[in-house]
Amino acid sequence: MTVFSQEIQDRAKEIIARYPEGKQRSALLPMLHLVQSVEGYVSPDGIEFCADQLGLQKANVGAVASFYTMYKRRPTGDFLVSVCTNTMCNVLGGQAVYDALTEHLGVGHDETTADGTITLEHAECLAACDYGPVMTVNYDFFDGVNPDGAVELVDKLRQGERPQPSRGARLCTLKEMSIQLAGFADDRDGAVADGVAGDPTLAGLKLAQKHGVSPKGFDINTPIPTAEKKA
Amino acid sequence: MSVYEKLTPVLTKRWLSPDAWRIDVYERLDGYAAAKKALQAHPDDLIALIKDSGLRGRGGAGFPTGLKWGFIPQNDGKPHYLVVNADEGEPGTCKDLPLMTHDPHSLIEGCIIASYAIRANRAYIYIRGEAVHAARRLRNAVQEAYKAGYLGKNILGTGFDLDLVVHSGAGAYICGEETALLDSLEGFRGQPRLRPPFPATHGLYASPTVVNNVGTIASVPYIVLGGAAWWKSMGTEKSSGPMIYSLSGRIKNPGQYECGLGITLRELIELAGGMQDGHELKFWTPGGSSTPLLAAQHIDTPMDFEGVAAAGSILGTTATQIFSDQDCVVYATYRWLEFYHHESCGKCTPCREGNYWMVRVYRRILSGEGTHEDLDTLLDTADNIMGRSFCGLGDGATSPVTSSLQWFKQDYLDYIEGRTAPKLSAKALAGAH
Repeated sequence: MTVFSQEIQDRAKEIIARYPEGKQRSALLPMLHLVQSVEGYVSPDGIEFCADQLGLQKANVGAVASFYTMYKRRPTGDFLVSVCTNTMCNVLGGQAVYDALTEHLGVGHDETTADGTITLEHAECLAACDYGPVMTVNYDFFDGVNPDGAVELVDKLRQGERPQPSRGARLCTLKEMSIQLAGFADDRDGAVADGVAGDPTLAGLKLAQKHGVSPKGFDINTPIPTAEKKA
Repeated sequence: MSVYEKLTPVLTKRWLSPDAWRIDVYERLDGYAAAKKALQAHPDDLIALIKDSGLRGRGGAGFPTGLKWGFIPQNDGKPHYLVVNADEGEPGTCKDLPLMTHDPHSLIEGCIIASYAIRANRAYIYIRGEAVHAARRLRNAVQEAYKAGYLGKNILGTGFDLDLVVHSGAGAYICGEETALLDSLEGFRGQPRLRPPFPATHGLYASPTVVNNVGTIASVPYIVLGGAAWWKSMGTEKSSGPMIYSLSGRIKNPGQYECGLGITLRELIELAGGMQDGHELKFWTPGGSSTPLLAAQHIDTPMDFEGVAAAGSILGTTATQIFSDQDCVVYATYRWLEFYHHESCGKCTPCREGNYWMVRVYRRILSGEGTHEDLDTLLDTADNIMGRSFCGLGDGATSPVTSSLQWFKQDYLDYIEGRTAPKLSAKALAGAH
């Protein structure tokens, strides 16, 4: 009896349909996210499921799954806590955040707390350097974190609370997030609208606004030159 | 002229409208006007327009966009593809995520115009897996665009068809390299391909493919609306247009500052409210960690493709990471090397092995056990990686090594000769990372 329900099998078909006929292998990355949404990691069953759906050898699927950081090889917690420790966040305090969480949770990189709530990892640059140091929970951002704040955050998660990320949508579980990564809409009412742009995102714009600066001469009716006219 | 007049909000402008990610708001702000205009034009005229504008790729390499589009063979009987590289991951780079989060339709509109110009009926946006909120907004925008008739069959009654798929990656920096991205999109490990043949003839599914960065494609609607001459009124002669400079680090107001290409770091720091109190500029990256570090004496370098190259670095993604006298350049470089080591795909021996060993040499130096010979080893290793790997990841890894040794050798010697206290413990030396 497979752990992959009819709904998941239907979704697998939907993923395959996004790509040209005969190019169904393109569906592999989203399909790995899909199986992760069921089990919280890419299990041998998940690999077999992908292989069956796409007509691939299990070894082909395993080779791809093991290449990418976001496919987890062991069961994960409900919340994946990723702390950026790449250079910029690192020097701004990200390493201290990671070290504090390691000590507080008693787990290291890519390890899960005994209660099954949190998987911790140090991450490479998360493309939010203007908000550094940053961490993410299931990939939604918590900006400008410090060790105490980070410890408080994970304690809340372990107590069943779901703090609101700084900019992204309200939190869901890692399994629920994996459905979105497989390319399906976030169907939680209002989640897409969550999150407003922070100060760093708008820094240059607000300055331009304050000083009344905008590019000159922008006329949307400017004609597109045609080859005949040019000749 | 005040420094504020250097600001040129074009691609970022809609970010001020909190709901610009919704199609109705987007349409009120000139949205899809460019697509309507472009679909009435001849595709070749659009390619010529982009060539005339001087637009160069915003993903780091700065290749002329119109030229790239022009390389796509026509009437070859093969399907053509547009692939948007939204795998933003170069350390320091943080401009594409806010664009896709706050103005996703501008990227979709750019996709429609670019696909029409190169005669592609399928386009893919390969977005970094971790960029979940940007992907949410983008997927929502794609759905809205289909419903409004901007995507799908017979777009706006012109007979042009386009299907657009948002494809999430799964955590691999290498997939920002265009051929690795194509392999990944085809469902393989993301490893770079040998070139030639180039993607223009043998890209996705061995068919003609244009791979462009988010910022490049998002620029297209503005050029279609405002014209090439207007676009060239910003920036410099060979580096035209506005560019989003992403400032991070030891400045008072980090963030996104869209300015004409060619602005200097001195001006950018002034825009960002100056250095943080007690911090003095020491080293900086003009465009991500793969671009050689520059020092305080380069503060007046024009930050366009030519100016930064003349200073010995690369404009890259204009991810300007600013470090001060209180940051250790040897440690910063070490941490970047850990990144390149982790992200090397393993295909090319010099990159795979070289980064592995350089990380170990750095740990030794930072643990107070380095030798003068280690510096020669680093340079020798960098020399053996540079130009000897399939893709730019290997070359990029050598950038912080050679540039930091060029400008800040004394900082290394201070560790080796015992004047700087060890930054890493013996535990780190054992490979705790």
